[in-house]
Amino acid sequence: MKAFAQLIKKLDSTNKTTLKVAALTEYFNQAAPKDKVWTIAILSHRRPPRPVNTTLMREWASELSNIPLWLFEESYHIVGDLAETIALVIPPSDASSEKSLNQFLEEIIALKKMPDQVKKEYLFENWLHLNYYERFVFTKLITGSFRIGVSQKLMTRALAKATEIDEDILAYKLMGNWDPSKISYNKLILEENEEDYLSKPYPFYLAYAIENEPENLGDISEWSAEHKWDGIRAQVIIRNDELFTWSRGEELVTDKYPEFEKFVEVIPNGTVLDGEILPYPDNEIGTFNDLQTRIGRKNVSKKLLEKVPVILKAYDVLEWEGKDVRILPFSERRKILENLYHSIISHELPLRLSETMKFSNWNEAVQERENSREVKSEGLMLKRLDSPYLVGRKKGDWWKWKVDPLTIDAVLTYAMRGHGRRSNLFTDYTFGLWDDEKKELVTFAKAYSGLTDKEFRSLDAWIKRNTLERFGPVRSVTPHHVFEIGFEGIAESKRHKSGVATRFPRMLRWRKDKKIEEANTLEDLKALIP
Amino acid sequence: MRPPLLAFNQNGIYCEAADVYLDPWKPVDKAIISHGHADHSRYGHKKYITHHSNVPLIKHRLGEIEVSGKGWNESFTINGVKFSFHPAGHIIGSAQIRVEHQGEVWVFTGDYKTEDDGIAVPYEPVKCHTFITECTFGLPAFKWIPQDKVFEDINNWWQENRDNGQTSILFGYSLGKAQRLLKYLDTSIGQIYTHGAIENMTEVVRELVVMPPTTRITRETKKEEIKGNIVIAPPSAHGSTWIRKMVPYVTGSASGWMTFRGARRRRAIDKGFVLSDHCDWQGLLQSIKATGCEKVICTHGYSDIFSRYLREQGYDARTEETQYEGELGQLEADKEKESE
Repeated sequence: MKAFAQLIKKLDSTNKTTLKVAALTEYFNQAAPKDKVWTIAILSHRRPPRPVNTTLMREWASELSNIPLWLFEESYHIVGDLAETIALVIPPSDASSEKSLNQFLEEIIALKKMPDQVKKEYLFENWLHLNYYERFVFTKLITGSFRIGVSQKLMTRALAKATEIDEDILAYKLMGNWDPSKISYNKLILEENEEDYLSKPYPFYLAYAIENEPENLGDISEWSAEHKWDGIRAQVIIRNDELFTWSRGEELVTDKYPEFEKFVEVIPNGTVLDGEILPYPDNEIGTFNDLQTRIGRKNVSKKLLEKVPVILKAYDVLEWEGKDVRILPFSERRKILENLYHSIISHELPLRLSETMKFSNWNEAVQERENSREVKSEGLMLKRLDSPYLVGRKKGDWWKWKVDPLTIDAVLTYAMRGHGRRSNLFTDYTFGLWDDEKKELVTFAKAYSGLTDKEFRSLDAWIKRNTLERFGPVRSVTPHHVFEIGFEGIAESKRHKSGVATRFPRMLRWRKDKKIEEANTLEDLKALIP
Repeated sequence: MRPPLLAFNQNGIYCEAADVYLDPWKPVDKAIISHGHADHSRYGHKKYITHHSNVPLIKHRLGEIEVSGKGWNESFTINGVKFSFHPAGHIIGSAQIRVEHQGEVWVFTGDYKTEDDGIAVPYEPVKCHTFITECTFGLPAFKWIPQDKVFEDINNWWQENRDNGQTSILFGYSLGKAQRLLKYLDTSIGQIYTHGAIENMTEVVRELVVMPPTTRITRETKKEEIKGNIVIAPPSAHGSTWIRKMVPYVTGSASGWMTFRGARRRRAIDKGFVLSDHCDWQGLLQSIKATGCEKVICTHGYSDIFSRYLREQGYDARTEETQYEGELGQLEADKEKESE
């Protein structure tokens, strides 16, 4: 634990990627194998199920630090991280634990089944006898995700340096479901183990947004274009008569989309498809809002399956006849995919091709992109015809070229403090539009991105001076500031007070030149619904 | 009922009986000033009254002003109201202002801290009926560690950076924090360089306190000579073109806000040192207790939260809106530009 807490402290003491990688590499070179497995697991967002609910933790932390619960809660809103708040309010200690990270995690896993009184004693014992960083790390292991400015990619890079195993191979080994409490370091990282690969997805290749004019990409004949679909990126694996569906967040979502089970009967074993899960009510592509109703459900009801069925819009094949074909050029992979699709089309599977398009000049591409909203896409994807399927977000071969967002001018009405690096700063905003009579502002969206740090700071200072009312962590503010809000899509919604749901709203510009009377109305927004 | 001895109006904290203001934020005829930070000593008053040691500091910031200086505990009377200055320990020359009239005593803290930093005259509790206190860090999450320990960390950090061939850049606001930092730097490690704004202010402070030698960074300063040394700069220098001369460098910030991991990450600073010129949670509570007061008025900081807690502890506590900014203002705003 000492070494792990030291590692976190070191990672916390620098903003430079190279130093973070160096600190991680040094740790991987020295740590015990079991501790390494846990470190890898934690930094790739695999943690044991939470053994104590956070409500109890808050109560106990306020008890131990001898402050009223409301004061603990207020502190938590301001600090923006539960483990950090607990580590700060509990009486300080200089002590350190000799127990390993692995021992702590074994204890934490065992804790889940214990009665509350035992849990409480265990927490008190550790909270009181660990120094700040160890206490913070210990509490973080219990409360949840370790978001400390180290991405999985960065961790993988350090692991590659320490083990001298290729980074892409490591990324593949770390994919999918593995249980850090059961697997050994040898098995996870060092050994080759074919049978484990049954359900394993490939790391997704992710595109960057195009930076300037598409002409700069060169001769259009070297590029393939397709529409950019707005659903859930997914890999569907068919191996050994079994099917696995993975989302981009490396979540196994097979059970959420039972429509795909039929694939097993038709698509040959040793096939992995890359595509987009899209809602398909009434035999046409629906809105992301439709898909939203499916995402959260673990058990999908028959009714919901009928109301919002899904399809896989396939755009690539990563494995074919049991072989990794990622190295083949995109054009070759597409041939395999298209042949497969046409050979099984008569089975009427919930599978469609993401059609590729060939343009003779960039101007044609520009025009097709304009057409995106009509075909329910977000814009175009450009893929180099001779490109292999790479690992992670890499520049050069794949570009996303989204349509310009829809926009509306709205008034800032509520603000809430952010989390993590935005703690203690009001950065999460709610925006309103005028009702018909321009009398009242109706909330229509929340947004927390799009401003510079400097703009956030100045808005934060303004909010603190212009608060009307406080509701826990939320403040209502004097309607004064107008922002241009951009969003990707819009649909009617019964769940929203305004009757409208917008997709990925964010602040495009702070319209300091506009008065609140000049902001748009809800009617203006509704007029944008296709 | 007679009006309260001190009231909060649009100009500042007003004493009607004496017709004077305490740390006003709008221009007034007569202002009694607690200390030299920009949010407490503003431009445009006709007359300033402050502690002796604050006189050169506000003159440096505000130029030629009409100001009279008083000693510690030296009382002076205006319209029958008795005023005196008492050490606040916040920065050099910082005072609490005691106001007494017809047997009633109020104390306004300005900004203060309970730890003796070896530069400012240490804070002394003053008995009063009503205590007007700042509460910049009025949350139980704030707990300072003794400054010796913090400076040990800072010097170790400097040494480590130097060993790695890097320059250390340490941010602190130009009046107070900057001098506190450079006074305790270990000059056996290397040399101390300063940003112009810091050096200007330090020259004024040198008249009052002994400081280690520093070198001002100018256009003529060679890149090679700075390497491995430490540079003290105002927070506003972070991300400016001025800083490029120091490459390769590591940045650090010394502030109470560095308690929060997010505050450091947000500012893209490498290393945070928790070092404040304000009271921490316990410091505030102990100070209030030591005054023996019944009423507490909380000004800038987490005032709503802090006053609610005080009410639960049996005090008659409330919040008043002011335009003081505390350390947040010092850290976030580009106040430093004024003194460049």
